[in-house]
Amino acid sequence: MERIVRKPASRGLAVPKPLLTGLNALTGFFVLLLAWHVLSHTVAPKVPEPSKTLGIFWQMFINPFYDNGPNDKGIGLQLWLSLERVFVGFGLGALIAVPLGILIGASEGLRAMLNPVIQMLRPVSPLAWFPVGLAAFQASEQAAIFVIAICSLWPTLINTALGVGSIPQDYRNVARVYAFSPWTYLTCVVLPHSLLYVLTGFRLGMGIAWMVIVAAEMLAGGTGVGFFVWDSYNSGQLEYVMASILFIGLVGWALDSALGWLVRRFSHG
Amino acid sequence: MAFLQISSVHKRFGSYAALENVNLSVQQGEVIALIGHSGCGKSTLLSMIAGLSQPTQGEILLEGRPLKGPGPERGVVFQNYSLLPWLSVYQNVKVAVASVHRERTDDEKARITEKFLQIVGLWAHRHKKPGEISGGMKQRTALARALATNPKLLLLDEPFGALDALTRANLQDELLRVWDSTLEDSFLRAIWGGERKTILLVTHDIEEAIYLCDRIAVMSNGPAASIGKVVEVPLPRPRDRRQMLESRAYVEIKEELLHLLTVVYAKKAA
Ligand SMILES: Nc1ncnc2c1ncn2[C@@H]1O[C@H](COP(=O)(O)OP(=O)(O)O)[C@@H](O)[C@H]1O
Ligand SMILES: [Mg+2]
Repeated sequence: MERIVRKPASRGLAVPKPLLTGLNALTGFFVLLLAWHVLSHTVAPKVPEPSKTLGIFWQMFINPFYDNGPNDKGIGLQLWLSLERVFVGFGLGALIAVPLGILIGASEGLRAMLNPVIQMLRPVSPLAWFPVGLAAFQASEQAAIFVIAICSLWPTLINTALGVGSIPQDYRNVARVYAFSPWTYLTCVVLPHSLLYVLTGFRLGMGIAWMVIVAAEMLAGGTGVGFFVWDSYNSGQLEYVMASILFIGLVGWALDSALGWLVRRFSHG
Repeated sequence: MAFLQISSVHKRFGSYAALENVNLSVQQGEVIALIGHSGCGKSTLLSMIAGLSQPTQGEILLEGRPLKGPGPERGVVFQNYSLLPWLSVYQNVKVAVASVHRERTDDEKARITEKFLQIVGLWAHRHKKPGEISGGMKQRTALARALATNPKLLLLDEPFGALDALTRANLQDELLRVWDSTLEDSFLRAIWGGERKTILLVTHDIEEAIYLCDRIAVMSNGPAASIGKVVEVPLPRPRDRRQMLESRAYVEIKEELLHLLTVVYAKKAA
């Protein structure tokens, strides 16, 4: 009896969990704005303060898709152009990374051969790849996509190989005893087992792609959120630079959450 | 010539001699049990017969030919079931059926799958994933998968260990029906032909071994285990469980096996 009476009382004092999470997040943002405000009034007076930036952010936010020619587009449009490049570049990278990862995961010889190459190419900066892309494709648009592809494929490649390399002996025995065809083995053993690894690779790769796009577009010029940031800086509109950073961060967060949701979905079933 | 001939087989894992000089010959159509203390090397021997690992020394002949890896003429029920966790019960059986019975029509493949899931009593649970069913149901799925591929030689590694007594007795009878090709279903009988299967069964249930088998091979303890005595089970078939349990022959065989396991090949003190 006593317990039943005491329980609701103690629950009455506690704040509901979603509310608490929300409060914590708000506090975090508040601390960020405070630090930013203080810094913009002390050590970095040229950096726009939060209140101005948020004003611009709001203006950009309420009219995202206007298009007044090549040098004046809404932030939504710019983000969309960037996302398009990210998806194309990332998709091309995945088209290479997944099959190659499967081969590397399945063959110890191939792993020994390619692992050093991968380890060497993986840390190369997107800024270094850009001229290579320009030289190869003679066009900045294709060069940007090439940079996205080559920088974002490594986590997918490595994770896929890891997944395929870790197929339990038991499953391989089943495939051998019951004479699975290569296709059946691929679709009923290799891919389902590796799916989570691949998706985790996608998530990491997408994070890289979204970071790289800004650099790639600064170099490529023309359109996209990276170009927009650089263009705003050059025309002295630093509030736009700061507001764009907020947009870039929010979109990156959304991308990561979407892929995180996908990973979680498949880790339960 | 024996159907399955195991000659002077040795198996080492690094410096550990698991099996030493194992000899056994199995006739076509025979049901034979492999019995021995846990860790003596029963699964190791079974996996070599399945072709999943190779003897360090010695050879295994199937119908006079040395084994070349695994093959669907040898169906295996693995000790840990080895079901693919992302496939349903139905798909686990179906994928093996489709791979082994490649030349059959889709309709036949589906019928074979359905029949064997019914035999093991899992038709109602066919849409469940291995993660959603009990250990006993997993064993039955693995058994259905092995039976449905119509192997000449069935290798069963403690196939009924996780089952309750009633289900176990039922499945033992079903297994004997498949073995004897006295399946009630005419479609299955036609596919299976009239020839008896050969079954090699690992178990540590003495009653089960006597009820199912023609002979029982008792393994000595490891390291360096081998097959000690092979005990004949001269009980007539078809066997009636109740009659068998009350018969003198049963009691004598049971006594002999108990003596072999607890005295002759008693577990060595560690
Ligand atoms: N892959 C392996 N590597 C090393 N030792 C093994 C391996 N497989 C089995 N063993 C050892 O061989 C012995 C027999 O194992 P096992 O055949 O599984 O026994 P049982 O099935 O009779 O219980 C055990 O001592 C086990 O530890
Ligand atoms: Mg075992």
